[in-house]
Amino acid sequence: MSQTLTSAPASGGLPTPVSTGPVRLHINGETQTLQLAPWTSLLDALREYAHLTGTKKGCDHGQCGACTVLVNGRRINSCLTLAVMHDDDDITTIEGLGTPENLSPLQQAFVDHDAFQCGYCTPGQICSAQGLLNEGRAHSEAEIKELMSGNLCRCGAYVGILDAVKEVVDKQ
Amino acid sequence: MSQTNHIGKAPSRVDGPLKVAGAAHYSGEFNVPNLAYGYVVSSPITKGKILKVHADEVRALPGVLEVFSHENVPYLAWFDKSYKDQIAPGGSPFRPLHAPDITFNQQPVALVVADTFELARYAAALLRIDYEQQEHETNLETKRTEGYAPGGGKIGFQPPPPPRGKPDQALKDATHSIEAEYAHGAQHHNPMELFTTTVEWRGDGKITAYDKTQGVYNVKNYLMGVFGLGKDDVRVVNQFMGGGFGAGLRPQYSVFMAVLATLELKRSVRVTLTRQQMFSIGHRPNTLQLVKLGTNPDGTLAALQHHALHETSQFEDYTENIVNWSGMLYKCENVKLGYQLAKLDIYSPQDMRAPGAASGNVGLEVAMDEMAYAAGLDPLEFRMRNYADRDQNVDKPFSSKKLRECYQQAAAKFGWETRTQEPRSMRANGKLVGMGMGGGVWDATQVKSAAKALISADGHLTVRSATGENGTGTYTIMTQIAAETLGLPLEAVTFELGDTDQPEAPIQGGSWTAASVGTAVKNACNALGEKILKLAQKPADSPLKDAKYDDVEFVNGQLRLRLDHDQAVVLRDVLQASGETQLEADSSAMPNMVKQNGYSLHSHNVAFAEVEVDEDLGSIKVTRVVSAVAAGRILNQKTARSQVLGSVVWGLGMALMEETVMDHKFGRYVNHNFAEYHIPVNADIPHIDVIFVHEDDDIVNPLGVKGIGEVGMLGVTAAIANAVFHATGKRVRDLPILLDKLL
Repeated sequence: MSQTLTSAPASGGLPTPVSTGPVRLHINGETQTLQLAPWTSLLDALREYAHLTGTKKGCDHGQCGACTVLVNGRRINSCLTLAVMHDDDDITTIEGLGTPENLSPLQQAFVDHDAFQCGYCTPGQICSAQGLLNEGRAHSEAEIKELMSGNLCRCGAYVGILDAVKEVVDKQ
Repeated sequence: MSQTNHIGKAPSRVDGPLKVAGAAHYSGEFNVPNLAYGYVVSSPITKGKILKVHADEVRALPGVLEVFSHENVPYLAWFDKSYKDQIAPGGSPFRPLHAPDITFNQQPVALVVADTFELARYAAALLRIDYEQQEHETNLETKRTEGYAPGGGKIGFQPPPPPRGKPDQALKDATHSIEAEYAHGAQHHNPMELFTTTVEWRGDGKITAYDKTQGVYNVKNYLMGVFGLGKDDVRVVNQFMGGGFGAGLRPQYSVFMAVLATLELKRSVRVTLTRQQMFSIGHRPNTLQLVKLGTNPDGTLAALQHHALHETSQFEDYTENIVNWSGMLYKCENVKLGYQLAKLDIYSPQDMRAPGAASGNVGLEVAMDEMAYAAGLDPLEFRMRNYADRDQNVDKPFSSKKLRECYQQAAAKFGWETRTQEPRSMRANGKLVGMGMGGGVWDATQVKSAAKALISADGHLTVRSATGENGTGTYTIMTQIAAETLGLPLEAVTFELGDTDQPEAPIQGGSWTAASVGTAVKNACNALGEKILKLAQKPADSPLKDAKYDDVEFVNGQLRLRLDHDQAVVLRDVLQASGETQLEADSSAMPNMVKQNGYSLHSHNVAFAEVEVDEDLGSIKVTRVVSAVAAGRILNQKTARSQVLGSVVWGLGMALMEETVMDHKFGRYVNHNFAEYHIPVNADIPHIDVIFVHEDDDIVNPLGVKGIGEVGMLGVTAAIANAVFHATGKRVRDLPILLDKLL
């Protein structure tokens, strides 16, 4: 028995791709004007157009948290928002929190507690933790674990992540 | 006091600052000019043929550069041999875009290349393809009687040893016996980083492929074979890998696609798979196991039988060692082990963290728990009574084995003595409490590796080897080994990896990197040390004038006599006085077969787990885990602990969450995303204690290390499953243990 099947909708002439326009983003204190199409996610704008590759793509569906950045101080999944929606917003990425030579307290705590292995989810974890600190929400271990559970880590560095975030929270 | 003894300490990762600052570059993060983007189109059918790819209407879209499919792919290598990578199993490797035939769901059938990622994705969604569908079979249950023993296997595969003793008679005569079947579905590696390749077109047919892989040389050789490239035409680089767990052992179709497009378009191209497509690149196979155990009146094992059947693709005989471990973990004179494959219309499975062992371990260690209950013994006491001092599979002693100490130390830390044997006998916080345990065994392997060491006149040491860093801590432990060998602070050493311009290292798997590359690094540094000694001996008044290399040591930036520390020269002075700008030495390392021949080389572990089960809801919470590992010498306490912590998380996921669910009607995985393929999150993770039991072992390799990336995963899954039984009295034999199985 066999049957035929055609994938993708049959179309009478394909729609032409949309055109680009300037989008003004304030990223890590600097203003950049990028030429973007409306369908470009904030994540792709950061990685492919602004070449800030510290923000990671792990699923592109808001399921893993690797793309977490701070927009006006609040943590969001940058894969679930379009860059054009952030004209004039203040965006902070991992590169804006510290540099290898001058780490932020959270970044240093992640190194000290070995709160990562491969490092791919790490920028998202740190931005998420920074968001928690900004929001003043995480106090107990249980709260930190719950509120950090939107950021997956396949290496399983969760014990170190908890210890690192707890140390910085406790010092505040 | 030596300030330069680094091995066995707990320094933080040397690559840590780069990773936490987002400055480590993974394979999709190289900003090469004039980059085009490729997007893969996957087959929606499981078996059949492509009738027509309507590529022209997509090609006509502005910004689309090309649509590649079997209809227009140029002439590539013809023989299977060219597509076989270092660990290809028997059979014919999958060739992307080679023919119209569809042999598994989500098979890549086309690559759409465009000026931007968004355009490529959009155009790929519009590409119409006509298929002719045929009937398929993806259900292992239908193949129970069609299992076959694979003829051969990939490197490292060992068919089960022949039966020993009288396993059938002994089972019949046993005082107590049990027989049970264990099952788990497919599981996917799901590293956080998507498989990505950025290929830079360097002109004149030359390319650099930044590829997510656990073996840059494996990929390079594959590309040379498939595309007919010369060895100077292709360089493969991967300095940071966002997790592998085995998914990057073989070259993936992403690198094939990106290189194909680059060579054809003469333009740099990046191809990134989607998370959904990450479920089409290999997996831990759906496995069925039958275990039969019998005991003597004194609680020793009278008979042990373990048979496994798992799925493979129609085109390859993927193999792993599932049952062999059962012949060596416990002492038993009557053993029968069996191993079979069954072909289904799926993609070939692929090694996934502790391949084979993680599966077989669940069968054996849950069966051991069942047997302990049937014989009326405490599960730990039962294992102690059956402790194996020799590897009976090969009839050799272990080079070292401190599993007994693992049992004792972990049990004490866990508080195993507080456990009451009767199921449903412990309660806390209004919940049923269960305690369970399980142990495991894994290979300690060393394979051939090479390294180069260079030291500059200012005393900075650089060591290179084309191994990988996928989170295991390679940069850090190699830096420690190199720095200690030449008596330098860690800051004076740079270790570089992941580049086929460097000396060859094996694929990063099998927990062998520390032993293999570590020994090569040590040898290269010693070769360099000998050159340094010669320079130091040049001045007529050198205090080391007549010393042989074995008479001297490198400590605290000095080169001195072992027996007279005052006879010393400063390393940097030697280099500067020599007038040389740089010294370099190459070396490689191989296992010492003569020394190892009489021994069985293995690491061991045990895990104890406590669970709380809500009887009304069936929900399971793991509340504590203690894991003890005996794996020779630990190079870095911090990174090794992290590997074991991560292994416990993996074991927990396998026990309670992970399963890729196949809809057999469509032959398609239906939960192929992170929302529906559940892996543990932070809130799932209990307090975890890690214990390393030190083993002195100069037989495994000169460093005395056994590898730590996989052994820690063993025992954990069974310990949790056994704890659930202890809590509830319900024995769940098909993983994962979801709450509906308890209700």
